[in-house]
Amino acid sequence: MQVSAFRIFFQTGAWLVIAFLVLPILVVLPISFTDTSYIGLPKEALSLQHYANYFTDPDWLGATWTSVWVGLVVATCASVLGTAFAIGCWFLSDRAAMVARWVLITPILVPPVVQSLGFYRFWVKLGLIDTHFGVILAHTLLALPYVSISVFAALSNLDRNLPRAARSLGASVMQTVWAVVVPAARPGIATGFIFAFIVSFDEIVGVLFITVRNVQTLPKMIWEGIQDNIDPTIAAVATLLIALTLIATAIGVLRRS
Amino acid sequence: MPRVHEKVSYWMLVLPALSIMVCFYILPVLGIWEIAFTEPETGVGNFVKMAGSNAVKTSFVITFRVAAITTVGCLILGYIVAYAISNFATRLTPLMVALVILPFWVSVLIRSFSWIVLLGRSGLVNDALIHAGMIERPLRLMHNELGVLIAMIHVMLPFAVLPMLTNMRGISGIYVQAARSLGASEWTSFRQVYFPQTLPGVLSGALLVFVLSLGFFVTPALLGGGRVLMISEYITYQIQEFLNWGLGSALSVALLVATALVLLISARFVNLRATLLERK
Repeated sequence: MQVSAFRIFFQTGAWLVIAFLVLPILVVLPISFTDTSYIGLPKEALSLQHYANYFTDPDWLGATWTSVWVGLVVATCASVLGTAFAIGCWFLSDRAAMVARWVLITPILVPPVVQSLGFYRFWVKLGLIDTHFGVILAHTLLALPYVSISVFAALSNLDRNLPRAARSLGASVMQTVWAVVVPAARPGIATGFIFAFIVSFDEIVGVLFITVRNVQTLPKMIWEGIQDNIDPTIAAVATLLIALTLIATAIGVLRRS
Repeated sequence: MPRVHEKVSYWMLVLPALSIMVCFYILPVLGIWEIAFTEPETGVGNFVKMAGSNAVKTSFVITFRVAAITTVGCLILGYIVAYAISNFATRLTPLMVALVILPFWVSVLIRSFSWIVLLGRSGLVNDALIHAGMIERPLRLMHNELGVLIAMIHVMLPFAVLPMLTNMRGISGIYVQAARSLGASEWTSFRQVYFPQTLPGVLSGALLVFVLSLGFFVTPALLGGGRVLMISEYITYQIQEFLNWGLGSALSVALLVATALVLLISARFVNLRATLLERK
């Protein structure tokens, strides 16, 4: 087949757009190896000093650890609550369940600054400001929509006759949920868990409002670093995170194929 | 009555998530409305002040302009990628999909930081241009609307591509083939036969990008350098610098209402359920 101008336009255009998407993210790589003490390209030699700084600085390591464990707790809570919610709504499938599903996804639509103001005022009343529990609660709420959406998507392929059959053979509601519906929802739960973890791990606006000194998360350290500028340690952290993302994506792609 | 009993047990599954969402999310957000009408004194004073302020007006204009340009930019760039992925099957197509999704997993903070490194006064782009002798003094690429727009389009692009991809994957090739075999050129069959079928995906993408851009904070705050005050940043300004909770809350209410209006109006053209509730 002859290659038309039309086809060439879309094909090269697509690669250009993908270059625009991916290449800018990669600039942190050369910066992270700079031998200078400010953000810039390496001058005379490549240096690992900013990686060394990250791995020896208790502030960076502490913030990383906080983000990881808070993210895992959030992902667990959101997955349990969100899965139960989606399964309940799937069984009900009535108007009320539809309204409930819309209520649960409001955090996607409300601007981050607005919800963070809401959190701040409420958390002050509850005494949750600058506590890990306060952050976990806020992040769980922000992660719930993603779990509910992905579990629901997984259930859309489930034949409604299967749970009916289980019930007519004498299984209780909870036995049916546990033995028939949850296994079908498993891929959705896994996706939801990952989404929930990432939502918490990357969340910045909320923690800026509801934490002070006691709770330091990785995004907060990066945010403060960008504000004060010029510490290339951020580039080292960013490179590590991007490398992790790449590895995780590659594993995901390989497992699927 | 077993049916009623059954419904109760399904609601037992729904209620834990729903009740914490209502108690700890919906109520706090409604609390913002209360503050807007009661602090510093009861009444609509904050809204009167807001309507009379030129700074607020400018900020709203900037917000809508940035969101609109970001949306259009994302749609054009995103359409090209989604079209190539769904219509030209090559060995590289899976790689293309992976590369489109990859930035999604990299935090917005890091992506904005990358753009600061690139676009800053002594950033990589300016350095390279000066080095190549193309300019003498650094260009102003950041701390203005241009920088905010570049980074916003970069951050929002996957949100536009994904719904369009879902939509295009469901389009059968036979209509374009029919048009072609009846003598339509490649371009005509695209414009008159293929493009209209992709409109639902385009509109879903537009809605997502526009709504998210309206309330976006991180990228405009970092790339705008205080010169491109979108509403979200204006709100934090009022509250953190001036402790003006009343005006900050009134602005929040206005932003919420604006978002809701956009959703309500778009509900006429876009399938909101498919766009928001049943995203893949």
